[in-house]
Amino acid sequence: MKRHQIDCRRLLCPMPVIKVQNAIEDLPAGTLVEAICTDPGALNDIPAWSRINGHRLVETRTDDGEYIVVVEVADE
Amino acid sequence: MSEQRKAVALISGGLDSLLAARVIQDQGIHVEGINFFTGFCVEGHTHAIRKRDQNKEKRNNALWVAEQLGIKLHIEDIVDEYKQVLTNPKHGYGANLNPCLDCKVFMVRKAHEWIERKGFDFIITGEVIGQRPMSQRKETMPIVADESGANDLLLRPLCAKNLPETLPEREGWVDRQQLFDFSGRSRKPQMALAASLGFEDYAQPAGGCCFLTDEQYAVKLKDLWQARGSRDYEMDDIMLLKVGRHLRPSQAYKVIIAREEGESNFLQGYRKGFPHIKTVSHGGPLALIDGEVTEQDVQLIGRLVARYSQGRNADEVVLAYTDLAGETRELRVDPMKPHEIPKDWLI
Ligand code: SF4
Repeated sequence: MKRHQIDCRRLLCPMPVIKVQNAIEDLPAGTLVEAICTDPGALNDIPAWSRINGHRLVETRTDDGEYIVVVEVADE
Repeated sequence: MSEQRKAVALISGGLDSLLAARVIQDQGIHVEGINFFTGFCVEGHTHAIRKRDQNKEKRNNALWVAEQLGIKLHIEDIVDEYKQVLTNPKHGYGANLNPCLDCKVFMVRKAHEWIERKGFDFIITGEVIGQRPMSQRKETMPIVADESGANDLLLRPLCAKNLPETLPEREGWVDRQQLFDFSGRSRKPQMALAASLGFEDYAQPAGGCCFLTDEQYAVKLKDLWQARGSRDYEMDDIMLLKVGRHLRPSQAYKVIIAREEGESNFLQGYRKGFPHIKTVSHGGPLALIDGEVTEQDVQLIGRLVARYSQGRNADEVVLAYTDLAGETRELRVDPMKPHEIPKDWLI
């Protein structure tokens, strides 16, 4: 499965959500989008945005001060 | 069956836009939300910075509202375009640096462009006549509709009955009789409607959807514009204005001193773009220098930062100064005494 990484380091919410949203607009269904963030707010906001817009949250994890959120792009 | 009509609702995260959207959903309209990020929005950022705020619930109110409504939410980054609105508002500012009327016009214009692109039929907002002294008055309602270009595609469900009929009402897409006639500053009608629709845990409209209404923040932003001789700003500037103590010993530079650990951590992220000072011999905050400094200035800033360190009463404090090129050297200073810091340095 294709993986698409988005660097959201140093960005504060809601910028990480906006970056994920804008990336997903151009990506085919099934793509895994991995956002690497430093604002812990992203751990809540990206999953909330994904739920609302019908994309599947695959995982959230914390890795050495970075917060990683993986979302699978849904069909339109 | 008639075609299902589609509306986009401006979602701020507050109660009014939540209600406006629900009322229209309840009339069988397909509603999606749009939320604009100007860079000055309060929620989202601040919780990431201050340590004491980190345990607070990290909720983005606009996302939360959309989830309550079961609607999609599109968040638009308007940071760059917003500079025009903020630095040159046709209708002026409110009590602080909030250009609310221009801001509303701008957002509705963006929403209008959005519905044209996406094939939606009309726009809804939670505006209420008389709710806000600057932007939500009887006279401003047509200004927002006209200047945004949305005209009669803009429907305000909470006060529609006090306003001329809009296209969605005339066409019978929505039933005007089931809309509302709220007016004035009272929040009671909204709270009653919220209760009747079963909403309880909504964000209280404390008046703060953005930093521009905050007096302290406005003072710092004005200072920045004055020192630079222009009303421009970058994203980093507006973020840094939310953090730390800002002291300006000279027109040429200011010093941003973290007030606690969370702020020091946040400022760390900006070290590469600014000369900075860190206390070495004692515990102390990180300080960034915004502007151009001479050798003499560096000494003075060192003494100032030492004042805010745990070595404030020591005879000598050692600090590390790093310039823009990344070169670090040691400073040995005697911390400033409180009386040596003029009150007007503090912005
Ligand atoms: S408070 Fe801020 S975001 Fe809200 S209308 Fe005024 S300027 Fe715009």
